[in-house]
Amino acid sequence: MGSYPLTFHEFKQGLAEGELPGLKCEECGEGIVPPSAVCTACGSTRLSRTSFAGKGSIRTFTVIRVGPEGFTPPYIVALVELDEGPWVLGNLVGVDAASAGMDLMNKKVIVGSKVLPLKPSESGVEGVVLTFELT
Amino acid sequence: MRDVVILGVGMTKFGISNLSQKEMFAEAALDALQESQVKAGDLQALFVGNVLGDFEEGQINIAPFLAAEIGMRPEAPATRFECACASATVAVRHAVLMVRSGECDVVMAGGTERTAIMGTPLATKTFAMGSHSEYERFSGITFPGVFGMVAHQYAAKYGIPLESLKHAMAGVAVKNHKNGVLNPLAHFRKEISIDTVLQSPMIADPLQLFDCCPFSDGAAAIVIADAERYKDRVEKPILVAGTGQGSAGPVYRQKDLTRMAAREASAKRAYEEAGVGPSDIDVIELHDCFTIAEVVALEMLGIFDFGAAPEAIERGDTALDGKIPVNPSGGLKAKGHPIGATGAAQTYEIVKQLRGECGDRQVKDAEVGLVDTLGGDFSTVCTLVLRRY
Ligand SMILES: [Zn+2]
Repeated sequence: MGSYPLTFHEFKQGLAEGELPGLKCEECGEGIVPPSAVCTACGSTRLSRTSFAGKGSIRTFTVIRVGPEGFTPPYIVALVELDEGPWVLGNLVGVDAASAGMDLMNKKVIVGSKVLPLKPSESGVEGVVLTFELT
Repeated sequence: MRDVVILGVGMTKFGISNLSQKEMFAEAALDALQESQVKAGDLQALFVGNVLGDFEEGQINIAPFLAAEIGMRPEAPATRFECACASATVAVRHAVLMVRSGECDVVMAGGTERTAIMGTPLATKTFAMGSHSEYERFSGITFPGVFGMVAHQYAAKYGIPLESLKHAMAGVAVKNHKNGVLNPLAHFRKEISIDTVLQSPMIADPLQLFDCCPFSDGAAAIVIADAERYKDRVEKPILVAGTGQGSAGPVYRQKDLTRMAAREASAKRAYEEAGVGPSDIDVIELHDCFTIAEVVALEMLGIFDFGAAPEAIERGDTALDGKIPVNPSGGLKAKGHPIGATGAAQTYEIVKQLRGECGDRQVKDAEVGLVDTLGGDFSTVCTLVLRRY
């Protein structure tokens, strides 16, 4: 029986300990984060756990002005390309969301994380979101 | 393989409705049956798009209720399709495949959705459920937010000043509202100006309120049949010449959001199957959930070169009297977006256009039409090529 190489639960535990956990493909060397059942480049299941350095560049972003229930706008959501290759989604923090503009594109960031406890009325699992801070 | 034709179509007025999802669907379905000269008892299957009925009306497994509502027989399987906003197009496609394979001779596909009763906060939350529930949702990303990221990436990639891109995007909204005025079934039948868009509240930078389609209620239904046996029932059967459907993972894996792998794969398949290319298309209904969505769709469907759509839009190429009319119905922007019904309504419009029944919004001599529908964060895309038979 196969086992999932790096579960969401394990991913969150790693983040809580200040690590950015992920996977590395033993076949082609691809770095994978967030985790996946197979290599996102070649499909191999020969994956080993690794840590990412947590450095990258903003490739695009938006400022959410009307948010889902439970979120307090305005806040910034960004896609960041890690130095190792994978892209990750998270919140850019430490920047005035209301006045964010195109000058953010390609800015260097360091990656952290933030835990979001579930409210009793919500289904699903306790959440965690990656956070980005400008360097 | 057998030729598959659309015999008849039906659609409710889109907007805010006090009808239930079942009542709306019944209206559209009975109209479609009437046009098709087919009885509900003869339908061999029902394929129906419905996305958030669970949240809207507390209704799951709606398809058999819809089948019973219109008088279909117990022998006819009825199945709900959930592929976010692409649900109904995927339902239509699977209906076509079932008839093409010989499993069925005459079936119905469609969709129904009642989004407006959710209210904006719940609607925003449930629409965002199309994002990855572990690795995206907790960022508070929204559907407009994803397309805001598309717009910023597009501007940076092609070196277009954001203000110029936003002007072309506003042009999409202005054009689609202008078309909507001519569509009696559209949610909004009111012209707007570039200033209306650019002065509206910001929703998810750089998208403003009038860059976004509304939440609507509505239903649409299509009768699909084996051409050989059924084409003579109606005067103008429409051939389903090609179909495609593509799939992709979460946005962080897709990386370049201006090139959606699922859409390019789906369109390629549909064109190949139909034996046509982008230059053969006379009229398009595509997924303009946000103005930037229409810009990038036009490029991925091969209508304009990559990076060239904003200029073409500014030139008026996509207007009703332009080189390639896009969203003559008013699109999602003005006709409205009852998510689970949208693809069936796009199909309805193309069928009407190819039959020459669109009155003031008729595209002259339309013979080949394209339907493009996107679901979730471009994780599902479905394409249909239709032509006169
Ligand atoms: Zn690999």
